[in-house]
Amino acid sequence: MVEEVVVFGVWVSPYSRRVETALRLKGVPYKYIEEDLGNKSPLLLKYNPIHEKVPVLVHNGNPIAESLVILEYIDETCPQGFPILPKDPYERATARFGSKFIDDKCMPAITQACWGEGEASDKAVEEATELLMFMENELKENRFFGGERIGMVDIAANIVGFWLGTFEQVTGVELMTRDKFPNLTNWSIEFVRNNVIKENLPPREEMISYLRKKRSAR
Amino acid sequence: MAEKVVLLDFWASMFGMRGRVALAEKGIKYEYREEDLKNKSDLLLRMNPVHKKIPVLIHNGKPICESLIIVQYIDEVWNDKSPLLPSDPYKRAQARFWADFVDKKVYDTGRKLWSTKGEEHETAKKELLEIFKTLEEELGEKPYFGGETFGFMDVAFVTFYSWFYAFETFGEFSMEAEHPKIIAWAKRCMQKESVAKTLPDQQKVYEFALGLRKRFLGE
Repeated sequence: MVEEVVVFGVWVSPYSRRVETALRLKGVPYKYIEEDLGNKSPLLLKYNPIHEKVPVLVHNGNPIAESLVILEYIDETCPQGFPILPKDPYERATARFGSKFIDDKCMPAITQACWGEGEASDKAVEEATELLMFMENELKENRFFGGERIGMVDIAANIVGFWLGTFEQVTGVELMTRDKFPNLTNWSIEFVRNNVIKENLPPREEMISYLRKKRSAR
Repeated sequence: MAEKVVLLDFWASMFGMRGRVALAEKGIKYEYREEDLKNKSDLLLRMNPVHKKIPVLIHNGKPICESLIIVQYIDEVWNDKSPLLPSDPYKRAQARFWADFVDKKVYDTGRKLWSTKGEEHETAKKELLEIFKTLEEELGEKPYFGGETFGFMDVAFVTFYSWFYAFETFGEFSMEAEHPKIIAWAKRCMQKESVAKTLPDQQKVYEFALGLRKRFLGE
């Protein structure tokens, strides 16, 4: 059977980039559909009626939503390819915990810290710093969260590896400095240099332009 | 090597109950440790420094946190009986998606029924009923969310059944009237020993929630 893989995403979203990264790591060809979030396509709404969000992966007509769920699905359907999750159950639990931590805690805190205002933003800066410190200590001097090679947590941490730097540049908020976070800083440099990762990041200048426009529109 | 399994938990937590149901399904012997959430033990703070929350499963000294991650871990380690996740990757993805939906929606909306009043309370009630409607549609005519057999998504949601009387009383609605299929499904799950022996009495949970309400609303 010919496999048909389609990804619905938006170019600026770290979530949809995660899915593309995973497919590239596995060497799976796919068709990409760019969505306009202000005018969602009927297909997107059909494939993700519950959340109406990107990314959605459609595999032979079957849709899967939620980026971390999609990453596990990709890993399980291509077990021979590049491993996204480790094999050992304890290490898998640790990888799932780290990825969830990024989505549930880091993302909201970083977003509020960089884009929020006044007291709420100050508080979020404190919180985001604490959360990044957990990541710093978890990484230690490993090359990647996945060890010698990138894994699920590295892919999930794309917001820390790439997007955070663009937020900091546009808003002037400083979260991940080298002296506070030497491990994370080194990791983020390795991260954006990785061949597969860098193919799946938006061009930095375009991302910054986009964020600047968004900021002045507020 | 003798397996040592400890669960740090709180009796009324629907998240902790998920771990208990999974352990019971697999027939695993473990030590249950009740935490006082107003005075968390050093062990809990050491084993879950990031979130400082229950449940925490400690397997041979190593902690696993977050209830759905705990359930998946249990399923993967003790994989010789009662599989909770299906073997087909697409069905697994669906189970994970729906368990995540329960996590994102049911607790946060449900708790507003005892922690808020007035307009916020009314909105929460409407939202919760919509959420249950979505779940009921997903269940459809299947005996379980997983299909023919009790599985991961059933474990993720059935623990909330112990809170239904609290939801109904604070929300002033009847689950049986609004969502009979969910009640039928829950009762079907309660026929399983692992569920029946784990879920606390709904009246007891309601009384506990009354205490929470006093704390939030001072009444």
